[in-house]
Amino acid sequence: MNNEITGAEIVLKSLAEQGVEVVFGYPGGAVLPIYDTLFKQNSIKHVLVRQEGGAIHAAEGYARSTGKTGVVLVTSGPGATNVVTGLTDAMMDSVPIVCITGQVPQHLIGSDAFQECDTTGITRPCTKHNYLVKDVNKLSSVFHEAFTIAQNGRPGPVLIDIPKDVQFASGTYEEKNKIIIPSHRLFEPSPDFEKNKIEEAVELISKAKKPIFYIGGGCINSGPKASKLVREFINMVGSPVTMTLMGLGVVGSSDKNSLGMLGMHGMYEANMAMHECDVMINIGARFDDRVTGRLDAFSPNSKKIHIDIDESNINKTINVDVPIIGDVKQVVEKMILIWKDKKYKIHTDSLKLWWDKINKWKEVDCLNYNNEGKQIKPQYAVQRLYELTKNTKTFITTEVGQHQMWAAQFYKFEEPNRWLTSGGLGTMGYGFPAAIGAQVGHPDALVVDIAGDASILMNIQEMSTAVQYRLPVKIFILNNEYMGMVRQWQELLHGGRYSESYTDSLPDFVKLAESYKAVGLRAKTTDDLDNVINQMIETKNTVIADIWVTKEENCFPMIQSGSAHNEMMLSKDQKQDKKSAEKGKILV
Amino acid sequence: MNKSVYASPDQVSETKRHILTVLVDNEPGVLARVIGMFSGRGYNIDSLNVAEVSNDENISRITIVTHGTSEVVSQIEKQLLRIVPVHSVTNLDQEGSSVEAEVALIYIYISETNKKKVYQLCDLYRARKIENENNTTIFEIAGASERVNRFIKEINEITKVEIVRSGPVAISSIKKNEEE
Repeated sequence: MNNEITGAEIVLKSLAEQGVEVVFGYPGGAVLPIYDTLFKQNSIKHVLVRQEGGAIHAAEGYARSTGKTGVVLVTSGPGATNVVTGLTDAMMDSVPIVCITGQVPQHLIGSDAFQECDTTGITRPCTKHNYLVKDVNKLSSVFHEAFTIAQNGRPGPVLIDIPKDVQFASGTYEEKNKIIIPSHRLFEPSPDFEKNKIEEAVELISKAKKPIFYIGGGCINSGPKASKLVREFINMVGSPVTMTLMGLGVVGSSDKNSLGMLGMHGMYEANMAMHECDVMINIGARFDDRVTGRLDAFSPNSKKIHIDIDESNINKTINVDVPIIGDVKQVVEKMILIWKDKKYKIHTDSLKLWWDKINKWKEVDCLNYNNEGKQIKPQYAVQRLYELTKNTKTFITTEVGQHQMWAAQFYKFEEPNRWLTSGGLGTMGYGFPAAIGAQVGHPDALVVDIAGDASILMNIQEMSTAVQYRLPVKIFILNNEYMGMVRQWQELLHGGRYSESYTDSLPDFVKLAESYKAVGLRAKTTDDLDNVINQMIETKNTVIADIWVTKEENCFPMIQSGSAHNEMMLSKDQKQDKKSAEKGKILV
Repeated sequence: MNKSVYASPDQVSETKRHILTVLVDNEPGVLARVIGMFSGRGYNIDSLNVAEVSNDENISRITIVTHGTSEVVSQIEKQLLRIVPVHSVTNLDQEGSSVEAEVALIYIYISETNKKKVYQLCDLYRARKIENENNTTIFEIAGASERVNRFIKEINEITKVEIVRSGPVAISSIKKNEEE
């Protein structure tokens, strides 16, 4: 047939039809035909990373900052196994990713061939779905289905494994609109399906005396319009709102209703309000263990409404009274209509009493820290970073640990999609490649990776990538020479025995930056800090800012494992009761 | 499951046996997806049965016998539905009445002394001798699992046997519109 093209060409054509602009990848033997085709075209840009793990986090950063699907292209064997962490990360945090892996030619599958591994077997539990494509004529339909599955319902990673002979073989290309995907393979929220539940929920909210909205990352996944609607609805109700780590930015930090983040290192007032509320409205969150603390003491006296697109999150850990399965945008839009239609209004006096109580909790000033002396406190470093970047379009990514929590507590987010962090999986090494991906998606924005000295070393090789593509990513290292969060837990739970948590033999980060032909800056005292931050922002190049912070600072407030929301620890002088401490020690 | 402080306090319902029927696209890896979900999330499989039931639509029917509290089983059902090639999940216990059966093939060691007793028992349970080229005494018994259990227990008391069982398959017995 004369319409036939090669499998590799079908791959590129499918990506182009799906509107893909950029692919993050690393070549190798089993994907050479695809790389050869990539070479011959100009519409899709390829970003060469330095390790496949970097490619998938970069794709995640790209996806979460732009709302598009991130695409990864890697080879068989080690190429595929190196993306497993990132796939799991994207699965936990619901990030739409399409990952293409090469596979050894079909006649070699099962023979322990060079760079062969059972990619679909290994990645089955950490993808939403995966494919091993054996027939070149099915390649385009697989691609179009993969993109739909990655974006549809609760987003997630999809992997397509393509044997090398299929990349060389000739076949026909089918266009996107010619592919019919059976409905059972997708999540199809039907707008009228939950109508009664939505009415019941709105009525429950209208009768609340102490309501609280508990907002999660699902609101961000539902698109910018969802955040707008959520804000609008909360304003109409006049209720306080708290956000999970993944939901920061859905409601602006400066919004009068916002109590900030909740959970293990969340705000005292947010957790107390969750504990004492009478109606809880969970929108797009999943009662994660970092949020709930001890389950048998979680918000004991509230009626709970739970809006989630994934039915398996309903009653998984917390039983709820009104579950609503659907897309945040559609459900909240309906809620607003009903609220207006029925002219609902929360009883003003009880709402005022509720706010009075919350304002009392706010007086505790839970983020307060001792900022004396010339040594830079990590909290202060993040505060200054915020003050000096708040008028610029800024994306913040983080690694995982104390610095991540300080960033969440002290950096104020006013918009969704500006905050990229590894929440569910807690992947150290996420932040820097994610920043690269965000910068690729937003070339003119300021992208800062708030990092720790230990985490940044997990994907430091991506310095090469950042410099090669002239991506002016800023790495802001809160350097305390410790794996800070590990050290904190060892201090609180393991008698201060700092087993292997000191990061000895750290590189000189300034020289390290310079060796990559990037810019290295250092702040040793509070006198240097503002200067270094300003210089970092003004530099049109990749920058590592090495911020020397106090070494044994702890991240507070904290709900220790095994404790409840109303048992927050505000400083280390406050001890957890012995029974909870013993029980909590075995938890993560 | 371990009792942790994160365990839901509301899990008070009793552990029960449940039969789940899962309709899936018959494509490579689908069984691995289903059983991988069970092992990955720490659920139990007591028995599992899978075969294609509709050639033209390429659909397989998986019958899984599991046990757990109703909360756990409801979570299993929801997790199964997340798997892309899964069409539907039915909990036959919640459907109301269902019919279940399994097949066992039993190689029975027969001697002159026990021959009579064996044949009497097989007659009683309507176990059928399967003709085979070596003319060995292989019997087939089908029916509800309890019946198969009883037969095996009694035959074991008489002689040595070797057994293979299919595990139960089940179907809802609720009256459907049969006019189609």
